[in-house]
Amino acid sequence: MNTLTLDPMLVARARELAALAAQPVVDLARRHTTVSVERAVLRLAGLTGTDPVTGEGRLEDRVPWANRVVDAVRDQVGLASGVALPVWHALASGAAPSLQALAEQVGAGTARFEVPTGTDAERARDAAHAAVGGGIARIDANRRRREELVALHGNPRRRPWIYLIVATGDIHEDIPQAQAAARAGADVIAVIRSTGQSLLDYVPEGATRTGYAGTYATQENFRLMRAALDDVSAELGRYVRLTNYASGLCMPEIAVLAGLERLDMMLNDAMYGILFRDINPRRTFVDQRFSRMVHARAGIIINTGEDNYLTTADAVDEAHTVTVSQLLNETLAHEAGLEDWQLGLGHAFEIDPEREESFRLELAHALLARELFPDAPLKWMPPTKHMTGDVFRGYLLDGFFNLAGALTGQGILLVGMMTEAVVTPWLSDRDLALRNVRYVLDAAGNLAEDFAPPPGGFIDRRADTVLREAVDLLGRIAEHPDGLIQAIADGTFGITRRPADGGKGLDGVVELAADAYNPALELLSTKETARA
Amino acid sequence: MPEHGRSGHEGRPGTIGSIIRPYGDTTGDGMVQTSFTLPVPAGPKAEGAALQLANKMGIEPAMVVHSHAIDSGYTFFVVYGSVQHLVDLDAVVVEERAYPLLSSSEINGAIRSRLGRKLVVLGACIGTDAHTVGIDAILNVKGFAGEKGLEYLREMAVTNLGAQVTVPDLVSRARAARADAVLVSQVVTQKDAHLRNTRELAAAFREAMGTARPLLVVGGPRFDPAMAADLGVDKVFGRGTTPGEVASYLVHALIPSEEPA
Repeated sequence: MNTLTLDPMLVARARELAALAAQPVVDLARRHTTVSVERAVLRLAGLTGTDPVTGEGRLEDRVPWANRVVDAVRDQVGLASGVALPVWHALASGAAPSLQALAEQVGAGTARFEVPTGTDAERARDAAHAAVGGGIARIDANRRRREELVALHGNPRRRPWIYLIVATGDIHEDIPQAQAAARAGADVIAVIRSTGQSLLDYVPEGATRTGYAGTYATQENFRLMRAALDDVSAELGRYVRLTNYASGLCMPEIAVLAGLERLDMMLNDAMYGILFRDINPRRTFVDQRFSRMVHARAGIIINTGEDNYLTTADAVDEAHTVTVSQLLNETLAHEAGLEDWQLGLGHAFEIDPEREESFRLELAHALLARELFPDAPLKWMPPTKHMTGDVFRGYLLDGFFNLAGALTGQGILLVGMMTEAVVTPWLSDRDLALRNVRYVLDAAGNLAEDFAPPPGGFIDRRADTVLREAVDLLGRIAEHPDGLIQAIADGTFGITRRPADGGKGLDGVVELAADAYNPALELLSTKETARA
Repeated sequence: MPEHGRSGHEGRPGTIGSIIRPYGDTTGDGMVQTSFTLPVPAGPKAEGAALQLANKMGIEPAMVVHSHAIDSGYTFFVVYGSVQHLVDLDAVVVEERAYPLLSSSEINGAIRSRLGRKLVVLGACIGTDAHTVGIDAILNVKGFAGEKGLEYLREMAVTNLGAQVTVPDLVSRARAARADAVLVSQVVTQKDAHLRNTRELAAAFREAMGTARPLLVVGGPRFDPAMAADLGVDKVFGRGTTPGEVASYLVHALIPSEEPA
């Protein structure tokens, strides 16, 4: 096994600083709710469907009932107490026989909400707790079902797990492609979302065929794909995992839908939406904490997005920003109840191949991540920035990427395509890419056993340098009075300044009142306490 | 041997006038290699099908040097052979863009060295249009079609005002920020709203700032790039425009060129 001579004091200091920098974010998340968190509560209680009079004909443009109800509550009584108290007060008072019926009253404009007090509030809390408990129970059942299926079919026979992307825009095209990819060796299938879905403030519904450069994340699409992968898992005798994206403005709801439909991994990064999508920082952090609590409960492995830092900056100069982001993602994930085995912390093979010693630098960075997070299944991302259209060079580069992954014990390997930046992958591109991975893993999959960079050598020294730079940057972030939030506003992190009051979705953030009640948070925290 | 073809000729080796053929290892051999997938199970029939396709592509004789099955119903082929077609260099027409496409570092370099300050860019959706997907794709770091958005360019100071910005508000924001360029995206085209809004935009800037107005750029899937003058703006981008094209245009239009024109 490879070992670097990292200074244990420095590693401990890095984690301390990360926790310090993240604390204001956690405090902020505890003091606020968002429209999407509240919609997620209704979805956990079983509310589905869309208002038929919206959307101008296209099913995926229709406004979900969850949005209509939360908006109505907000208009009438505000969201400072959460949506659960007024909604279940209305139900307990006999205003409607079911949540679904109440939603239709909202559609008809006849629903009236008020925030209950005293015994009425107690009655509403109990009813809400029971209703949302049904959704949590389904998530728990899905987690057990996954464990059964993994026991029945088995895990992939080796690490790293092979992660392949499917993205046609049409769920009915995605399914055969995903099944073919699984038969060809993929252990994890990711269905990329339609362009711009992260900026939609609602989750589309139904089986969709009209995505652009990706397929809409909908509950029905999740269900269809998971069922198809269950079939192919049984055929192959290997549990094939399904991934989607809990990011953007509907992060909490997507997390809930993933739990309800037994997705296995979710992309979920602490800062990606803020830095790369200009989503409001407060909105992101509140939504993110809730979504991570759901993922923790669902036994979902999150994948973080550190690869993005390297595609927008020099992968050597900015290598330490990856380490910083990994440490922040780790501390925020732990706080939300995720365990180390659920942390697919990201990093990428993006150093300019024209640079001398580029492969040795890649190994140093990959080993640093491996040793800082020994129990996390690291997500190893292929070259994209330096894929030029020269597919032959690209194939070689992907081979080196695969070798670095094998040599440094990465947990999840996203399969690189030689046609990156040329076309969305063809059938043959995927097949050739998988052959590349298979060759490297068959030929050198156990090479990590023989590969120990000498202490004080090039790789060891480089890893130490990156860690020191990361600690410096974490120190600067932690110094800010509001930690990470102010640091992001000042542009300390990465290429853009993102003020706490800027970006999309701020109007969906609400400060909680003293009587606020969120049954989902209560149920999710109970489990956390029981586990601790 | 290449040297052979070179001897006794002026100019391009081994050519007859402007006619050339692909080059493998001997002048005039016409060798090419290609790969493709056919939706047939692997086997002799599949190889025959690949040869037939190669011949129809003008590769004659063709060799299927490799094939393998993909899934159960597909076969992948690598084909080498001599292509019979000739290329006439005189008939090659190169379409030249009015401005060169620049890389991020070229754009940053041009602004830094020739403008000497950040290029200020404002973006917005105007009118009732709430579809920010276009302006977001051009401005956000995430970008579009594999290209990073304008925010990624260190030498540009980019502000995305988002959706439903009124024209008067946009004018005052542009004036306050001393914007060099204003980018407006329009998706909704009901009753030609995108054209009406754009004319209103151009008129408002003309009235408020005259010739000192910022560069006005509009874009959207239903715009015709030839309409710029008619609409009173400097540039119109249509469907599929990438951030790199927009950024390159801004440099072309706003940054003085190195050599005096």
